[in-house]
Amino acid sequence: MIGLQHYLTLSAMLFVLSIIGIVINRRNLILILMCIELMLLAVNFNFIAFSRYLGDELGQVFVFFILTVAAAEAAIGLAILVVLFRNKRSINVQELNEMKG
Amino acid sequence: MYNYYLTIVLAPLIAAIVTGLFGKQVGRAGAHGLTILGVGLSCALSFVVLYQMVWGGASPENISVYTWAVTDGLRMEVGFLVDRLSALMMCVVTFVSLMVHIYTIGYMHDDPGYQRFFSYISLFTFSMLMLVMSNNFLQLFFGWEAVGLVSYLLIGFWYKKETAIFANLKAFLVNRVGDFGFILGIAGVVMLTNSLDYATVFGQADYIAGETLEVIPGTAWNAMTVICILLFIGAMGKSAQAPLHVWLPDSMEGPTPISALIHAATMVTAGIFMVARMSPLYELTTTALSVVIVIGAITAFFMGLLGIVQNDIKRVVAYSTLSQLGYMTVALGASAYSAAIFHLMTHAFFKALLFLAAGSVIIAMHHEQDIRKMGGLKKYMPITYWTALIGSLALIGFPGSAGFFSKDLLIEAVADSHWKGQGAVYWIAYLSVLLGVFVTALYSFRMFFLVFHGEERMDAETKSHLHETPLVVTGPLILLAIPSAVIGWITVEAILFGGFFGDAIVTSAARPDVLQELGSHWHGSLALLLHAPMTPVFWLAAAGVGAAWYLWLKRPDIPEAMHKKFSGLYNLLDRKYYFDDLWIKGFAGGGRSLGNLLWQKGDQTVIDGWLVNGTANTVGRLAGIVRQIQTGYLYTYAFAMIIGLTALLSWLVWFR
Amino acid sequence: MELSNLLSILIWTPIVGGFVILALGDGGDAESSRAGLMRQASLAVSVVTFLISILLYTGFDTTTASMQFVERVPWIETLNVYYYLGVDGISAPLILLTTFITPLVVIAGWNTIKIRPAQYFAAFLILEGLMVGVFSALDGILFYVFWEAMLVPMFLIIGVWGGARRIYATVKFFLYTFLGSVLMLVAFIYLYRVTGTYDLFAFMEAPISMTAQKLIFIGFLLAFAVKVPMWPVHTWLPDAHVEAPTGGSVILAAIMLKMGGYGFVRLSLPIVPDASEYFAGLMIALSLIAVVYIGFVALMQKDMKKLIAYSSIAHMGFVTLGFFLNWHIGGDSGAVLGISGGMVQMVSHGLISGAMFLCVGVLYDRMHSRMIADYGGVANTMPMFAAFMVLFAMANAGLPGTSGFVGEFMVIIASFKANFWFAFLAATTLVLGAAYTLWMIKRVVYGDIANDKVAALKDLNSREFVVLSILAISVLLVGLWPAPLVDMMNVTIENLVSQISQPKVG
Repeated sequence: MIGLQHYLTLSAMLFVLSIIGIVINRRNLILILMCIELMLLAVNFNFIAFSRYLGDELGQVFVFFILTVAAAEAAIGLAILVVLFRNKRSINVQELNEMKG
Repeated sequence: MYNYYLTIVLAPLIAAIVTGLFGKQVGRAGAHGLTILGVGLSCALSFVVLYQMVWGGASPENISVYTWAVTDGLRMEVGFLVDRLSALMMCVVTFVSLMVHIYTIGYMHDDPGYQRFFSYISLFTFSMLMLVMSNNFLQLFFGWEAVGLVSYLLIGFWYKKETAIFANLKAFLVNRVGDFGFILGIAGVVMLTNSLDYATVFGQADYIAGETLEVIPGTAWNAMTVICILLFIGAMGKSAQAPLHVWLPDSMEGPTPISALIHAATMVTAGIFMVARMSPLYELTTTALSVVIVIGAITAFFMGLLGIVQNDIKRVVAYSTLSQLGYMTVALGASAYSAAIFHLMTHAFFKALLFLAAGSVIIAMHHEQDIRKMGGLKKYMPITYWTALIGSLALIGFPGSAGFFSKDLLIEAVADSHWKGQGAVYWIAYLSVLLGVFVTALYSFRMFFLVFHGEERMDAETKSHLHETPLVVTGPLILLAIPSAVIGWITVEAILFGGFFGDAIVTSAARPDVLQELGSHWHGSLALLLHAPMTPVFWLAAAGVGAAWYLWLKRPDIPEAMHKKFSGLYNLLDRKYYFDDLWIKGFAGGGRSLGNLLWQKGDQTVIDGWLVNGTANTVGRLAGIVRQIQTGYLYTYAFAMIIGLTALLSWLVWFR
Repeated sequence: MELSNLLSILIWTPIVGGFVILALGDGGDAESSRAGLMRQASLAVSVVTFLISILLYTGFDTTTASMQFVERVPWIETLNVYYYLGVDGISAPLILLTTFITPLVVIAGWNTIKIRPAQYFAAFLILEGLMVGVFSALDGILFYVFWEAMLVPMFLIIGVWGGARRIYATVKFFLYTFLGSVLMLVAFIYLYRVTGTYDLFAFMEAPISMTAQKLIFIGFLLAFAVKVPMWPVHTWLPDAHVEAPTGGSVILAAIMLKMGGYGFVRLSLPIVPDASEYFAGLMIALSLIAVVYIGFVALMQKDMKKLIAYSSIAHMGFVTLGFFLNWHIGGDSGAVLGISGGMVQMVSHGLISGAMFLCVGVLYDRMHSRMIADYGGVANTMPMFAAFMVLFAMANAGLPGTSGFVGEFMVIIASFKANFWFAFLAATTLVLGAAYTLWMIKRVVYGDIANDKVAALKDLNSREFVVLSILAISVLLVGLWPAPLVDMMNVTIENLVSQISQPKVG
């Protein structure tokens, strides 16, 4: 029987994967954006699992909101990325250290 | 009389200010005319005051001129205390000053700083008068420092001379060491009596003597002893007593008239005057008196010895001044205050005379001061010769001269003083003053013979110009020679035995008054004179003159030989017992090293280096470390955020 | 003129005048007639301020210890902050000193400031108003505002018109003083929580626990000790002085240092008397260290301005020594003497150190060097200047008859009443003060002409002569007759002493 904990575990694994993706990835900014999306997906997963578990539909409604916002976010992120690429001719993460102290 | 006092003080001051500020406008003649007028006026009035005090039946006056400041119940005033003691001092000061003013016209004739010089010596006269006429400690200190200031300015009068400006700084600083003690003494007086006024303080003398001070915690010191010794440290500075004597010989770098006025006749006697003035305090503490007498005895004898090896005409006289000041100090220590003041007075005349005579020689020799290059001046400068002879005879106490009466009786007073039978202190004092007589005669006549007799050792150029100095120079010599010769004879009885000073000088009732005892054997000046050949003093002086004659006129080869044979002793004397080295290399050098140490190590290294810049650097370094965290990479920040979030969550879940 | 607004007039006349001059400017040309006009306007404003301040002296009642010329209007009502001014015998002499020195500084900078003269003079005028404000403010916040605002013009004066290392000096100056004064604000805020007002008199009356008193004292101490400056927080002063233009040095030494001393008598002593008693031993020790240690350090300085700066620290040591003697004097008198001595010393030091810095400025304008070694035999070519310099040097060495003596004498006497060794160490200044000052004089003024530059020196011009003679006359006047000054302060200080002798631990 697949219970709540399995969903939560999967969600956690997805989340950790995305963190690893953000931290270890040194080359591509798009990857970071994708990892952030993945992170949101992991959160959505939790929402759905709990919604089902608690029998409350509100959680699933939230998932739709989050997906919408995530889509908008991805669009803005990609737009910024395009502008960045236009200016710097690169989306290499290691070259983006303007904020170095 | 109040207007008299004010005029006496202010006339020289106004003359000094006008000459000093408007030197160009008043011109040379105006400068000496004005200052001589000022000093002459105050001299004349001083004699009037003295006359009134002695014969006119005027009683001592204690007047406040104005209130300097009042705070905390302490009145600080400027005022005059005029009694016979101060009246006598006023006369001595103004008379010698007047002579020096006149003499200066000749001596400084070609000097570009003519007006400045007159302004300074008039200012000095003002300061000295403020000192002697003061009725309180504040004004005493004012006069005390003001004469020091003028002395500083005058020693460095020829400010281009490196030696002169070295000497004036030295003089001022050594005097300041004395003043350091002096101001502490004054502070002690104020602490116990809350007053600066002489009359009030003397009135509470018994109370002070009964108090104790904890100078070192846990020990009780008699307050009077502490105060009197502190005050005496001031006197040691001003009156050049060992070991604070080192400035006086160097002060001879100044023009000769001021050597006569300041460094022989008046300023250096301020310490003697002060102790005499404070006699109501000193009489209550034998400990302080023993300090006074021993310091005086050491100065009197050992400084005299130094005069024998000096070759600079002025320095010989300077060492003789030191020695004579030692005599006066010994008299103070022996409670023979009147004898000290009497010697002060006669000394002022004959020493000023000697200095001015030396100056006259220096003028004739075209500012050559080395006595080895003189000789046989007798025939060129008869007036200088005869006046210098009178001065020298007075200095060695030749029977009949002023110095004879003062010195002979001073020595007798010491011999019969209350220290008799008190062991070492008595013998140190007595032997010093006794042997000092021989030494005095030796160096005085060594100089006298080398300058005026014997072969003429100057070069031909100088010799061809040798002639007697003009009247403005010889006039004061003659005028000073008269009191040097006769003032002792005339005044000895009145001053020493007539209770001349009245209440101004107090001697302890607990001990026999030595001068009173001497007075009971007194049969007049003539008797003393006839008695003279029977005293050791006479024979010691005669032996000194004889030795000087034999060694430096008859057999000049002997001193040469002795010089070689006893080079160690000679060096000791020539280097002035190494006191100069102690002060200059020891204290001054030490102070500078300490200053450097505190500055370089304390201020720059520790405070600025470690604390101030150290703090700044530490902040900088910490920031540098923290800065490493700020990589600028998005993923680092994200990671840090996540770790933080995790930590926070874990804490919330498990530790709350 | 309405006397009740006198203090406001004294504060705002120079500030408004300063801003007007600042706004008009010199048109970017220091030689233009417009710049000349600005100079004259600055002088006029400062002289008028001084003339008005004479009314403060003539209208001052020396028989009362209470505040005079009081003005009190609400300022920030929600915080209970008032625009509250008033003077007593402690602040009045310092206000007079401020208004007296400022015109002299304006005259001294007349031709020597070649860049932005209008702004330079405006800065001094604004500074003058703010300093008067500090001395007359009776509300904590008002006091603090003036206190900090004062830093700005001074910061600019050193930073814009200063010497080569002026940036280092200004930053050091600013950080040092600012760090200290922030803690003073903390102390004020604590006191506000206790009393509900920023009224200084409420602070004085409020009972405060011993622990709180100690903390407040430390807060005040840091603010004031830096300003005085006391050892060991003094090292900003030599740097600031060396880099500051002459006028800046004069104001800094003559008046800004007095803020620290004023703070101690106005705030520390009456607000936290018990803590003052607790810390008195420390304060005396620091003061004596300042006198002796700094005396030795001053001896070895090669730079004239540094030497005078160090001598200022040593002289200010006498001020703090006098202020804190109260609790070490067992008898019934002496405390007033000590505090009066400290106050007189402050005024006198204002005159003397100002004069000394002006003297160095005179030389600097001609030779562009402050190094003692570059001089020698100045008396040959500048006899008039030499006379002034020697006079001020003697005053600096505390010669009786000059103002420098009065305060030192009173403090030494008072400290003898407390302890022989206090007096002993304090009196070393007689030797040390003379040694460092006169040794400098020997090397700079006396001697034969050292080099061609000295040979080419010209004596004082009439403007310099006027400034120095005014100072010389005042130095002698205070020295020969300090009674008017002392009388002005007496009643206030007596009142202060009786006030601080009452414990107020709550």
